[in-house]
Amino acid sequence: MMEISGSVTEQIKQAAKNYPNRRSAIMSALYLAQKNYGCLTEEVLEAVANTLNVPEIWVFELATFYSLYHTKPIGKFHIQLCTNISCLLNKSAAIQGYIETRLQIQNGETTDDGKFTLSTVECLGSCDKAPALMVNETYYENLDVRRTGEILDQLNGDN
Amino acid sequence: MFNKVLLKNMVRPDSHTLRTYEATGGYKALANMLEKFSPDEVIDLVKRSNLRGRGGAGFPTGLKWSFVPKNVEKTPYLCCNADEGEPGTFKDRAIMEKDPHLMLEGMIIAAYAIGAKTAYIYIRGEYELCITRVEEALKEARSKQYLGPNILGSDFSLDVFVHRGAGAYICGEETALLESIEGRRAQPKLKPPFPAVEGLYKSPTVINNVETFACLPHILERGADWFSSIGPEGSPGPKLFCLSGQVNKPGLYEAPMGMTLRDMVEEYGGGACSGRIKAVIPGGVSAPLFPESELHIKLDFESLAAAGSMLGSAGVIVLDDSACVVQVITRITEFFNHESCGKCTPCREGLDWCAKILRRIEMGKGTLEDLDQLEKLCSTIYGNSFCALGVGASWALQSALKHFREEFVRHIDEGKCPFQ
Repeated sequence: MMEISGSVTEQIKQAAKNYPNRRSAIMSALYLAQKNYGCLTEEVLEAVANTLNVPEIWVFELATFYSLYHTKPIGKFHIQLCTNISCLLNKSAAIQGYIETRLQIQNGETTDDGKFTLSTVECLGSCDKAPALMVNETYYENLDVRRTGEILDQLNGDN
Repeated sequence: MFNKVLLKNMVRPDSHTLRTYEATGGYKALANMLEKFSPDEVIDLVKRSNLRGRGGAGFPTGLKWSFVPKNVEKTPYLCCNADEGEPGTFKDRAIMEKDPHLMLEGMIIAAYAIGAKTAYIYIRGEYELCITRVEEALKEARSKQYLGPNILGSDFSLDVFVHRGAGAYICGEETALLESIEGRRAQPKLKPPFPAVEGLYKSPTVINNVETFACLPHILERGADWFSSIGPEGSPGPKLFCLSGQVNKPGLYEAPMGMTLRDMVEEYGGGACSGRIKAVIPGGVSAPLFPESELHIKLDFESLAAAGSMLGSAGVIVLDDSACVVQVITRITEFFNHESCGKCTPCREGLDWCAKILRRIEMGKGTLEDLDQLEKLCSTIYGNSFCALGVGASWALQSALKHFREEFVRHIDEGKCPFQ
């Protein structure tokens, strides 16, 4: 059976000290595990449950409820394009169309080389700088097609 | 002449650091409070200021605090709702990125007032920079004894921790937020008991919004009368407005409440992009929209409630005359459907139906019977959903059907979206 690596286990145990019970630390543990392993496979979820000594179902139900947890593999660069109202009104659909054509993937898909995943997401809180997207944890705002092209060029060169 | 209160520090270099915050008088309100005020006196001061919560519901903050029972066995908890997710809202992000100590000082004041020894800040997972900045601010505050055991030599101690969200709009609902901190799926709980009596870990709990906390150091410093003299009587104090959509100068603005929707769009926002406003959403997408003919309505808690909408999160979204209301309300309804937690049937099933029917109409494949069906669904969801998510969703849709029925009919008659 898989075990969570020593340094991540340490971080999880540290996070658990912030709460009066272990169940409250599951979200911190899932975040740390995903950051380290990329994806929350069943194996990883089991290992998280063992690390915190909580029932597996407690871990599994959170991993499948919250949208930032990935139980299936995603690309190295996760493009999260906001399509909520302020971005919609500022032509996020054109950005989506450009990305889909250039990367030859649809919303929710990953490129064959495993480099890019495209997801349309709800409001990112960049409404005054719409349209906006995130790549992994980095925000890109005030987008147009040209700027989006530059971002993809840069990520492509960044191995 | 209104001088900025909440945004004034943000233009300074390194506005997020403790050094800058202290240089502008930061943490003086806390020190003064610990010296001169009892917890009850702080509650009384905040009550007299008539500060109303900045998260959406506008509940009086001091009154909320006073519901925490005194001398009970369980120590109260304080929570900061920083799960900003209402589409069109970005004010809490600005405070946490650019002036996190202002929020933190407000939290320490609130914790002292209610007798909390532990506080959690629930920050949405997407707000990476906010999380970093707030974590740094916590460290800085601990190093100068503003946080931790025996704050500034007093017998008041407080620990504050960040709880990182993971993508769920429903966590903005306070009982769902508490469920999430406790490590469960974020589904709202039945009230009563209200969190002030039985909340986090079954202890009395107060949950306030980031901007609400940011008001507190200023109230302590300048008094209740100063605060309540700004803006209309029922909606006092400085307020952040998030302006976005099809408007020339989108951005975060601070002003007293009580200005008209038209002044917000024209004077602050420099007018609609096309020059002609079609509609304005006054308080995030849960708030019913107004057509151009009703822009004399004022942006404050009471005026908007009287006009059948709400100030909500003060996310003001402008639609100019190139916008398709059917497309906009379809996307809004799809958003609510996606974020429905699944606990209750009216919201889970009703919004799914609404979203599908709306998408059909937007694509030109709807019928007039569909409009009747939407009306029926809205009135079934409204008042019957477990929490405010379903209420907001059906309320917003009803306003679009009421004010822009002819746009829906045009989609049906022409068999396509007339705006594409």
